[in-house]
Amino acid sequence: MSASDERPLSAIPPGVWLVLFAALGIQLAWQALQPKPVASATALPTPPSPASLRVMAGGEPAALAGLLTLYLQAFDNQPGISIPFRNLDYRRVIQWLTAILELDPRTQYPLFNAAQLYAQVPDPARERMMLDFVHAEFLRDPNLRWRWLAHASLVAKHRLHDNTLALQYARDIARLAPAAPGWAKQMHIFILEDMGETESAKVLLGGLLASGQIHDEHEIHFLMERLKALENADNSSPTSKN
Amino acid sequence: MRGRQIVTIARFTLLEATRIRLWWLFALILAIACGAAWFVQQVAITESARIQISFLAATVRLAAVFVLSLHVLTSIVREFNDKGLELILSIDLRRGDYVLGRLLGFFLIALLIALLATLPQFVLALPSTALQWGLSLACELFIMAALSLFCIMTFTQLMPAASFMLGFYLLARTLTAIRLIGAAPPTTGDSISHQLMSWVIEGLALVLPAFDRYTQSAWLIDNNAAAWSVSAILAAQAALYTILLGAATMFDFHRRNL
Repeated sequence: MSASDERPLSAIPPGVWLVLFAALGIQLAWQALQPKPVASATALPTPPSPASLRVMAGGEPAALAGLLTLYLQAFDNQPGISIPFRNLDYRRVIQWLTAILELDPRTQYPLFNAAQLYAQVPDPARERMMLDFVHAEFLRDPNLRWRWLAHASLVAKHRLHDNTLALQYARDIARLAPAAPGWAKQMHIFILEDMGETESAKVLLGGLLASGQIHDEHEIHFLMERLKALENADNSSPTSKN
Repeated sequence: MRGRQIVTIARFTLLEATRIRLWWLFALILAIACGAAWFVQQVAITESARIQISFLAATVRLAAVFVLSLHVLTSIVREFNDKGLELILSIDLRRGDYVLGRLLGFFLIALLIALLATLPQFVLALPSTALQWGLSLACELFIMAALSLFCIMTFTQLMPAASFMLGFYLLARTLTAIRLIGAAPPTTGDSISHQLMSWVIEGLALVLPAFDRYTQSAWLIDNNAAAWSVSAILAAQAALYTILLGAATMFDFHRRNL
């Protein structure tokens, strides 16, 4: 609309001016007198059922799984407030992670979040819940998800100081994930060694070398050196545990 | 005489909505929403009633806002195109009365749409909470009708008016969350840009209605109705905002050369 399409301001009746500015003034005053919004944390809701999620996905389960992962990941950062992970309901978090993995079993993101974010809280009970979740999901597809159990094993060993749990996870990788690389499949040997179970470690290491599964010369050399060190340690300390 | 002219324009606005079968259109949308809500209730394993109510209420609220707003925009555009506005103003009718008549007509349409939208809520929720929800929806629709009239009178074109209306509605629904995010201390220090953004957001909060407080589906769930004083405050705020928008529309309309 050009300027010539407009009539002068004097064409506007005084009543319209009055009502407009009075209403604007009251609106501004009203809103200015309203208390400022206060941030309050809302609890994580229960995830929808897998069937509902599949309907919502509209044939794009991987896309919905990605969006849900981002939603869950950002849940600790609600408008105006940041909630520590330890205040989240971990049972709900696990329900969400499970639902996302059911939508898109190939995604690694929920397991990454479980192992790297949620398992890092300074609360052993919550850490164990996450590690159990990672272990349960590993059992569903060991060859795809071994790396997260390997990480869980390290968390169990170094943060929870639970070598038995770490050993269980490492053994499951060696037993159930043939696609895992050598270092992951050898983890249980080194955990045994750290636990003072040198005899068992020696047997496993010797067995591994004899099985012919390892082809890399450097790796064979390293493991041979390790075996020798174990044998020397055994010879020099006759009172060592077995 | 003036009052009769305003009522006549309002009556024709209502008649137009009937002739273009607006009620049937909204009833159809309502039926689809009820069907979808029933489907959602069927697939839910737990809290199926809560999910059904919240889904239906949220869907119907959005549908009501958009059906009404688009009707207001297209009705005025049609009048512009058919030169009906020039014809009406050629008789002894004040511009302000035309705006008041149109507003009154659109408010009646808003009231009927709110009534239709509330009927299924009466079946699913307690009557008192459904009534509160319906009154709040009517207030929200009054504001949106006045806003749509203001937009189309100002922009005169459908696209910019619809875009403004949509942007306004989305912003008014999300402004409280945006204010909370803006109020949180930034991770990169208290920069000038953050300060500036906070001022802009707080400025918007002064001039926009807080739609996130209106027509909440949470009221219908678990008999979680808000106090009636809240409804009264929302009604007063809606009245004030519609007066403001009505005055702004008249201001703009009086300046136009026809």
